[in-house]
Amino acid sequence: MSRTGHSARSTLGQEPPARLEAGADERIRYIRDTMERAGTFTAVPGWGGAVMGVSALVTALVAARAPSPEAWCRAWIVDGVVAFGIGCAAIAWKARRARSPVVRGPAIRFLLTLAPPLATGGVLTGVLLTARRIDLLPGTWLLLYGTAVATGGAASVPAVPILGALLMATGTLAFALPAAGNVLMAAGFGMLQIAFGLYIARRHGG
Amino acid sequence: MADPSGARKRDAESRRAKAGRIAPAGGSGMPDLDRLIHERVRLGIVSALAANASMTFADLKRLLGVTDGNLSVHARKLEEAGYVACAKGFEGRVPKTEYRLTRAGREALERYLSHLDALIRWSRAGR
Repeated sequence: MSRTGHSARSTLGQEPPARLEAGADERIRYIRDTMERAGTFTAVPGWGGAVMGVSALVTALVAARAPSPEAWCRAWIVDGVVAFGIGCAAIAWKARRARSPVVRGPAIRFLLTLAPPLATGGVLTGVLLTARRIDLLPGTWLLLYGTAVATGGAASVPAVPILGALLMATGTLAFALPAAGNVLMAAGFGMLQIAFGLYIARRHGG
Repeated sequence: MADPSGARKRDAESRRAKAGRIAPAGGSGMPDLDRLIHERVRLGIVSALAANASMTFADLKRLLGVTDGNLSVHARKLEEAGYVACAKGFEGRVPKTEYRLTRAGREALERYLSHLDALIRWSRAGR
């Protein structure tokens, strides 16, 4: 008998077949569950977040010089579409590096948990544009994106839900200070994403 | 001249054999399981590393909900068997230990899974 203690057979092998099968089933479930949790743990793309942040800073500079509120809004909507593309590509890249399935693995689950608040943001954008309440868009976007990050990253490394909470706080501030909307968008979508993105990239595998 | 990587491989193989990986089936027809990764914490480490290119000591500890000492002991056993590779370094002034699954570790997990599968089939046939 080895120092590792009792043999695998002594725990599984000397039991009746039904219990043996249940024990083996439980082991397989444990392996699958651990792999899923480990994948979700680090599926969030740090480098992707940092690039999205840089794109948001560039957009904030462009949007600050926009000739009309509609042009300002268009600049940020284009950035949102670009950022979504960057995010999806970065999640797929990180999943491939970890040899995790992109379509059925933790990466897609992370994307799916982000989807409802982002879709809500899309609907509310239409509603607020129709009502000509562009002043409420920065707060709405930051709050809903923060919600998406906080819920999507709930099972991830602590930095992700913290980023989500900070984005939500920035969004709340944007409702209180509508005149500072563009600056707060630069702070939330730009600076916060760059800082947390670099942290996650360095500490959690890219 | 002796090949140091060959010697390391032989050492790891010998440790795995001592730990019971190469145990006889005993003629019962039932598959034998790898004792090294059968233990729950070690199985957790190997499974987590199979889903990631690498993981830090702190991430593994948080994921598996174990103490520092417990994780160290089990990770070292896997390292000695050649199932995981460990890289120690510093991030700023903070020490950082990073683990990754080796090819032998990935093969051991695949073998363990197929043994579990065989065990299920064997127990169903025995009913």
